[in-house]
Amino acid sequence: MSSAVSRRVSLVVCLGAVLAPLSVSVAAEPDGRELFIESCASCHGSEGQGTDAGPSIIDAGAAAADFQLRTGRMPLADDGAQAVRKPPAFSPDEIEALTAFVASLGEGPEIPTVDLDGADLSDGQELFVANCAACHGATGSGGAVGAGALAPSLSVADPVEIAEAMLTGPGQMPVFTAIESEDIQDIVAYVVHLREQRAFGGADLGGIGPVPEGFVGLGLGVACLVAISVLLGSKRKRDEA
Amino acid sequence: MLRWLDGRLGIAGLARKSLKKVFPDHWSFLLGELALFSFIILLATGVFLTLFYRPDAQLVTYRGPYAPLQGQEVSAAYESVLRISFEVRSGLVMRQIHHWAALVFVGSIVVHMMRVFFTGAFRRPRDVNWVVGVVLLLLGIGAGFTGYSLPDDLLSGTGLRIAYSVLISVPLLGPHLAFLAFGGEFPTEGIISRLFVMHVMLIPALIIGLVSVHLAILWRQKHTQYKGAGRTEGNVVGKAFWPQQVMKSAALLALTAAVLAFMGGLLQINPIWDFGPFDATTVSAPSQPDWYVGWLEGALRLFPPLDLTLFGITIPSPFWPGVVMPGLAFTVMGAWPWIERRVTRDEAEHHLLDDPTDVPIRVGIGVAGLIFFGLLTLAGGNDVLAIMFNASVEQITNVLRIAIFVLPASGGWLAYRIAASLGNNKSNLLGRKRGVKLRRGPTGGF
Repeated sequence: MSSAVSRRVSLVVCLGAVLAPLSVSVAAEPDGRELFIESCASCHGSEGQGTDAGPSIIDAGAAAADFQLRTGRMPLADDGAQAVRKPPAFSPDEIEALTAFVASLGEGPEIPTVDLDGADLSDGQELFVANCAACHGATGSGGAVGAGALAPSLSVADPVEIAEAMLTGPGQMPVFTAIESEDIQDIVAYVVHLREQRAFGGADLGGIGPVPEGFVGLGLGVACLVAISVLLGSKRKRDEA
Repeated sequence: MLRWLDGRLGIAGLARKSLKKVFPDHWSFLLGELALFSFIILLATGVFLTLFYRPDAQLVTYRGPYAPLQGQEVSAAYESVLRISFEVRSGLVMRQIHHWAALVFVGSIVVHMMRVFFTGAFRRPRDVNWVVGVVLLLLGIGAGFTGYSLPDDLLSGTGLRIAYSVLISVPLLGPHLAFLAFGGEFPTEGIISRLFVMHVMLIPALIIGLVSVHLAILWRQKHTQYKGAGRTEGNVVGKAFWPQQVMKSAALLALTAAVLAFMGGLLQINPIWDFGPFDATTVSAPSQPDWYVGWLEGALRLFPPLDLTLFGITIPSPFWPGVVMPGLAFTVMGAWPWIERRVTRDEAEHHLLDDPTDVPIRVGIGVAGLIFFGLLTLAGGNDVLAIMFNASVEQITNVLRIAIFVLPASGGWLAYRIAASLGNNKSNLLGRKRGVKLRRGPTGGF
């Protein structure tokens, strides 16, 4: 199956490569509906109403479409698997067109604007620990959430993507409907802070707590000291000889 | 000066004898010293931390330099650990050395115990000291857990909640025990100061006392030694305490301090500012205890949620992995010298160590035990393993549920076979030598 898909994908890519210059010269803007029919409708239906293979996205809104497309989660690589970040399948222009088309289908959240200038880091920290750390980890390093799903690391998501995820709840993530715009700015500011702050106290060991610390404590600390004991013990023998 | 001391205390004779005390030189005899020296580092850094730590659950407003927590209501305990980390000069490095030293301390106790176990050093008359050692291991784990809980961050609070839940799972007595220990229903204000007293006074005092007993018994009973030329059950071959052993130990102390300082200075450990202050309604993932409590955490994670009701008394599922299993494990560990004696009917005193391969069954059992605890420890990080192996937490848990029955037995059997064949080879060699000797006969002819 995957080979068939990849063949189809490569065909699309080849066609795209051939047609891209043409389309630029003919029409400056890609057609969202056309792209949608071509790449999304087989699962989500021609009007976004959903099929057996994929959910309805009528009310997904621009935020969800933008998030899913820009992070490369959609189109899915293979059925059933959790959508994961990969290089986007569409150009920024195409994403814009698709997003506009999906937004036109129903009532969904707009793409949020993120402005971190006035954000309150401390509020962000409190909200993050209360709402996000249970799955994404205290340092945003990601984590397993059961049933094979995983909360991805937040280390590469850009600020707008983080905000979009909160509004649209991709995958297993809940939708934070009650959240206010100000809170979103604060949380995003804290996530950005988490990855930009220097690791106080030396190299951080992945930011996932005592498991790597235990491996290092035993594998480096105890192992080093046992090796030193062996050296101290055997040096004596050499003196004797 | 020395003469002055001798005139009053009459210690010259004892001192002369002690300085000449014989220490066998083999590197494996240094492993216990590693534990002692990391404990010394723990005491030194611990005293420093105690100067700045506040064992107080009262809420204060954080006004320190760490921006993401400014203005938040946190406990005075958490605030003081933040102050140690960000404001007290060399506070963070002291904290980190202390924490790394704790991981290494319990680790070196375990390595030391492995040496004692596999060489049969625990046999009569040292069975007493084996029990002292097992109690010291327990105290080490207790010291670690109480210390882990002191910063009052979200991670350590989660650990306390689990400890509380295990305590109330004891049938009939549980709620009483939990209330007695915590002073009420979790989370309690008093728990921090109770843990503090245990961590900085009770447990260290017990450890110091028992280490003294451990060493006094060692001094009195003298060292064991490996078999070798000139070494018998009646002597100890080695180097004098002064100067050789003192020099060696001093070097080891210095190097232990160096390794721990290196780790504390360069490797971040327990960034409590990331975890945030404790809040009873919140939990973050992944949440793990330090490694030496990981086996308990793992047992809790592996055990299925089975609440039995017997004679109208409900036995909550955490009771089995959280109380019965560790109780049994440590009873067997402590009673091992007597268990082995019962099986081998070997009542004699032993001062010469076994080569591990001399007693392959002991190797098999020891390896099985290590695999058992190792797997439980891994299970304590099942969510981290799930990410590492790109599997679901449930898959990892189920695999480990099977492995915990299969791997210790098969690994132990394999170790037994390997030890037995190594031992056979050796005794074959010895046998051949003996055969040659025999043929020479008492007359010297062949």
